Amino acid sequence: MRATTGAVDTDGGMEPSFLALPLAEVTDAALAEARRLGVRHAAVRVVRNRARRLLLHDAHLRGSQDDTELGLSVGVLHGGARGFAAGPEVDPAAAVAAVGRAVQVARVCRAVGAEPVELAPEPVYADRRWTSRCRVDPFAVPEAEAVALLADWSRGLLAAPVVRHVLAKVSAVRETTWYADTAGTSLLQQRVRVHPQVLAVGVADGATATLRTLGPPTGRGWEYLHGTGWDWAAELAEMPEHLAGKLRARPVRPGRYDLVTAPSHLWLTIHESVGHATEADRALGHEIGYAGGTFVTPADVGVLRYGSELMTVTADRTDPYGLATVGWDDEGVAVGAWTLVRDGVLSGLQTDRHTAVRLGSARSTGCAYAESATHVPISRLPNVSLRPTPDGPDTAALIGGVTDGIYLVGSDSWSIDTQRRRFQFTAQRAYRIRHGRLGEQLSGVAYQADTTDFWGSLVALGGPGTYHCFGADLCGKGQPVQAAAASHGAPTAVFRGVRVVDTAGEEAR
Amino acid sequence: MSGAELAERVLARAGRAGDLLVVVDETATAHLRWADNALTTSGTAEQRRLTVVAFAPAGAGTAAAVVSRGGAPTDRDLTELVARARRTADAGEPAPDAAPLVVATDTPAPSWGDPAAEVPVARLRGFSAGLGDAFAAARAAGHALYGYAEQRAGTTWLASTTGLRLRHVQPTSVLDLTARDGGGAASAWAGAGGVDLADGDLPALAARLRGRLDRVPRRRTLAPGRYEVLLPPACVADLMLHLYLNAGAADALDGRTVFAGRDGGTRIGDRLTSAPLTLGSDPAAPGLACAPFLVARASGAAGSVFDNGLPLAATRWMVDGELRGLVQTRHSADRTGQPVTPFVDNLVLAGPAGARPLADLIAGTRRGLLLTCLWYLRDVDPRTLLLTGLTRDGVYLVEDGEVVAALPNFRFNESPVALLDRVVEVGATERTLPREWGDYFTRMAMPSLRVADFAVSEVSPAV
Repeated sequence: MRATTGAVDTDGGMEPSFLALPLAEVTDAALAEARRLGVRHAAVRVVRNRARRLLLHDAHLRGSQDDTELGLSVGVLHGGARGFAAGPEVDPAAAVAAVGRAVQVARVCRAVGAEPVELAPEPVYADRRWTSRCRVDPFAVPEAEAVALLADWSRGLLAAPVVRHVLAKVSAVRETTWYADTAGTSLLQQRVRVHPQVLAVGVADGATATLRTLGPPTGRGWEYLHGTGWDWAAELAEMPEHLAGKLRARPVRPGRYDLVTAPSHLWLTIHESVGHATEADRALGHEIGYAGGTFVTPADVGVLRYGSELMTVTADRTDPYGLATVGWDDEGVAVGAWTLVRDGVLSGLQTDRHTAVRLGSARSTGCAYAESATHVPISRLPNVSLRPTPDGPDTAALIGGVTDGIYLVGSDSWSIDTQRRRFQFTAQRAYRIRHGRLGEQLSGVAYQADTTDFWGSLVALGGPGTYHCFGADLCGKGQPVQAAAASHGAPTAVFRGVRVVDTAGEEAR
Repeated sequence: MSGAELAERVLARAGRAGDLLVVVDETATAHLRWADNALTTSGTAEQRRLTVVAFAPAGAGTAAAVVSRGGAPTDRDLTELVARARRTADAGEPAPDAAPLVVATDTPAPSWGDPAAEVPVARLRGFSAGLGDAFAAARAAGHALYGYAEQRAGTTWLASTTGLRLRHVQPTSVLDLTARDGGGAASAWAGAGGVDLADGDLPALAARLRGRLDRVPRRRTLAPGRYEVLLPPACVADLMLHLYLNAGAADALDGRTVFAGRDGGTRIGDRLTSAPLTLGSDPAAPGLACAPFLVARASGAAGSVFDNGLPLAATRWMVDGELRGLVQTRHSADRTGQPVTPFVDNLVLAGPAGARPLADLIAGTRRGLLLTCLWYLRDVDPRTLLLTGLTRDGVYLVEDGEVVAALPNFRFNESPVALLDRVVEVGATERTLPREWGDYFTRMAMPSLRVADFAVSEVSPAV
């Protein structure tokens, strides 16, 4: 089900003030207290998340934040029940107190009736480190310099007559974590991600339209804003023309169309209809009260026809710039890569150490993640990507093969039912395709389909040259709800005969 | 160290440079989570967040910079934090929303120096005993319970070099309960927001869901088309929350939102519905009490750090169907020529006095769909606030005043603003919890609504 690729052991760029925290002392104190209280397994996490956000309105700073969270948490398995406690102090006394509170929670749960928990075995990794690839620390860039860059982007757009207003924002996040458990694993990790976004508001002939940049969040540093990994200058230069086309768009005629999807659009459909549908905790019912379940059952692995034979979807936490990439997960499991759908058949699921045991798997796939020290690690998405066809065509050839269709670029709204079956998606831009030629933009385009019907209608995939990674940095799950980030790559793809509605025509007039 | 002491230590570092403002947030939570009649991931957490806002002259105006941090800051950390905020403010451009800081008019309340409210694990014990009984009853009935219960206490201190010393304690409880039958063919949901988990009636909620699953009528199909629907308060809560969160005056002025006027202004003064509906917020609303002063930890379209400490009062956003106000900063109020009506952390929608409960609306229905709650609402078109979403946890056909069939869940594309104009009956307002965003915004009281011509776009087999 998975292949470990061996995590990179590096030391570069780890935040010195985090290393100065009494990590060994709090770990020794917490684990000694856990053993004294008869805890079977305990894990200590110290997490510092720094997040920086800037928002510009019409080239002027509207708001900024520079927030550093810090906390310590302890998770225990005590008497077969789980307990968890977190607090803001990172010192031995606070760690000991947290163990006591976590054990109290486990006792409360056992008295009521708790799900019995076993953890899949995992080798011990002592004193290991991992850091993501970040060339320019986004927190070292002075605010005035960051504002100047976004203001420059904004002014460029505002110079176009069609653009009435511009919102420009950027978020940068650095997660630094310490993990240590009673088995002897101790891990120091740090990862950085950035996400610039620009929204242009256009007005023409009384109509208003908005267009958002497609440039995705990514596991890189500030160099990303200067063109490493995405050509911002090119995208911004094209926006006024795209916006003008969107303002001229006519309502789509509802019906069935062949859809050609750009990777900037399809990533979100992959995220919702394949990524979340193959989470073992959903299949086991843990999320039924909130995020929902899935139509996939553990018995479907190796059997369920998910889509056409063109469909192969991989999962990994190793892609160099992936948002879900890390060395070890938040249960101390070394990460790797595996396949969720191979040649159209379901071939794997995503697990943490608890759900792996429930599925009868020898090891976890390493999907445990917690947003911060105050959150319990739960199963979250790895990077989940649709593989291109090795000798597949380019996008122009794929469009050329469609007689009556729509080309979708960029993600917009998304909504899917609680079993990850029926969904509706819209795009930033939707173009009419007639006899292999790209035509005008359409408004109101939403497609509705059932997950396996949709993937069954996949009739063509582009080659590696059409492949690009996109992703989500605010995916919510669990109660209390926690955010996670994951990347999703895709080639350009063609789906036959998908139902399209005009959203504006759905409402009563 | 209390939040008050922490705030004072920050202000002690203000020196003679520009103004400083401090927000200290201490949050304590304890929660239980369960699935299939067994507890899963439960825990307790305490958090601290210290936010420092530095102000500095910039050109003809004032620049602001916000820096915040968690953990347990040392005196050295505080010095560094203030210096960093100062450096950023000194290099900043004039803030468009700059306005004089609020000046204290009173001496601090005696509670200013009190410690943060706590939520010890013991707070869960009374509730958990009832939960054990609910699990046993569900098991006996062949049902499975899923859900979440949380007790939260947030304590906020707001202090400034202009003399502000304000403290607020916000207790919040959430109970979210789903019941499914043995085969997973039927689902029922109930949610409750409050101030204390112990005030909730878990046995009654669980019994209500048990009753609903025991009396699921025969199933029928549902064809896409337009139907009269009965929206219970939880459905109305999620819809009105989307409306409220899109009611910023600055965004309306940009022409981006449903409240943008045709001529570049806003729609304040427009009639949104002929139904006698009034939408408002009030920090003193009974059972929904929230902070009576403004706390803005960052500036954005609908909030400004310059406005920190402004008193909040009862605000009516819509009166008898007419839009009366939008969410304002002092800056946007000035631009729109409207009163300063900032965001308040609760929301109440009400019709005329003497409105009937949902049961009476059902009894008075010739033919319509009765919903339970809504899920996965997402913005499709901000200009009309068109949302897409799905029903969840039970749709029923009502004929001649009786629930006669269970129907599948369905997708819709509707705007909560356009929908207001198709309201044909308003039920009694009651405390409720939005199903989807109950983790984010809990203080809501909403009526049931009877809405004409609600569009069923397609059905879903998901339960």
